[in-house]
Amino acid sequence: MGFFERWFGKKNSADNAKERLQLVLIHDRTDLTPAQLDSLKDDLIATISRHVEIDVQSMRIGVEHDGRSQRLVADIPLKGASRRRAKRAK
Amino acid sequence: MPAQVITITSGKGGVGKTTAVANIAVALASDGAKVVCIDGDIGLRNLDVILGLENRIVYDIVDVIEGRCRLKQAMIRDKKLPNLYLIPAAQTRDKNAVSPSDMNRLIKDLRADYDFVLIDSPAGIERGFKNAIAAADRVLVITNPEVSAVRDADRVIGILEAEEKGPGALIINRLNPILVKNHDMLSADDVLDLLAVELIGVVPEDENVIIGSNRGAPVAFDPKSRAGQAFRNIAKRLRGEKVPFLDLDHTGGLWQRLQRLAGRK
Repeated sequence: MGFFERWFGKKNSADNAKERLQLVLIHDRTDLTPAQLDSLKDDLIATISRHVEIDVQSMRIGVEHDGRSQRLVADIPLKGASRRRAKRAK
Repeated sequence: MPAQVITITSGKGGVGKTTAVANIAVALASDGAKVVCIDGDIGLRNLDVILGLENRIVYDIVDVIEGRCRLKQAMIRDKKLPNLYLIPAAQTRDKNAVSPSDMNRLIKDLRADYDFVLIDSPAGIERGFKNAIAAADRVLVITNPEVSAVRDADRVIGILEAEEKGPGALIINRLNPILVKNHDMLSADDVLDLLAVELIGVVPEDENVIIGSNRGAPVAFDPKSRAGQAFRNIAKRLRGEKVPFLDLDHTGGLWQRLQRLAGRK
């Protein structure tokens, strides 16, 4: 990598390669495309919303890897609970 | 003790499977083990030229399988190491001339008399690859620190797990320590982090590999070559020895070291 690229804060190509591979390998291993993952998220939101109110803005759903196995990790804050907690704090 | 049957495969072509088989075979045989290597790349044979044995071929693996010769007749003895043999691939046939059960039968006949059987797999994940892993006790997956090779290695490791051949052990080949230092090449740790398998060797890029293949004398014969040393270490690890990984940080000549001092590299 040249001097100017470094000067202007361009990322190291090795970091670039690693980040791209991390995403590609998740998709290769799970057979899930980013579009399929998005539609899975939408379905999850719709299903859970039928039962409880959730905070869609601050939720996180994604595939993480643990060694060679993949897991779908969802962190979905419930709105009702946080409101209740806020009330108790008062 | 019956032979350990080890297959070297990669998914992607051109990452160094044949070179690795030749060098690990030479290293094992130099230590006194009785070794047979089998070229599993039918139609594109190359292990013979890398070992410098191309002029001695009379029969090949398909001749054995189809009964035109006895197994011993197709085994070519190495010029320097009398306990190293090659079973060459057929050059004028295709992968379908051999089946996984043919491979199992052939290797069963070798197990009793040798310490190691090394199989050079063709690139890809089709019939030739399936043949190459059919009889393996252990599979070594070789890759380069480069996006397409790592991706293909991951696919192969996934298939090995699905076929219950174990996750395999990883050889990272052609690592360039200067590029790694400049963060312009994935490091061995990066590759391990991505693939999450056991590491069995890191081989630095070394021009002696090309010189060795030009001459038909694998670098494992060369006591001064860094790549040769890395392959000899892999051979020792296959025999169960604990060998530390090479410190690749201190490679490079005086010029590179000066450049590094000057902050140019």
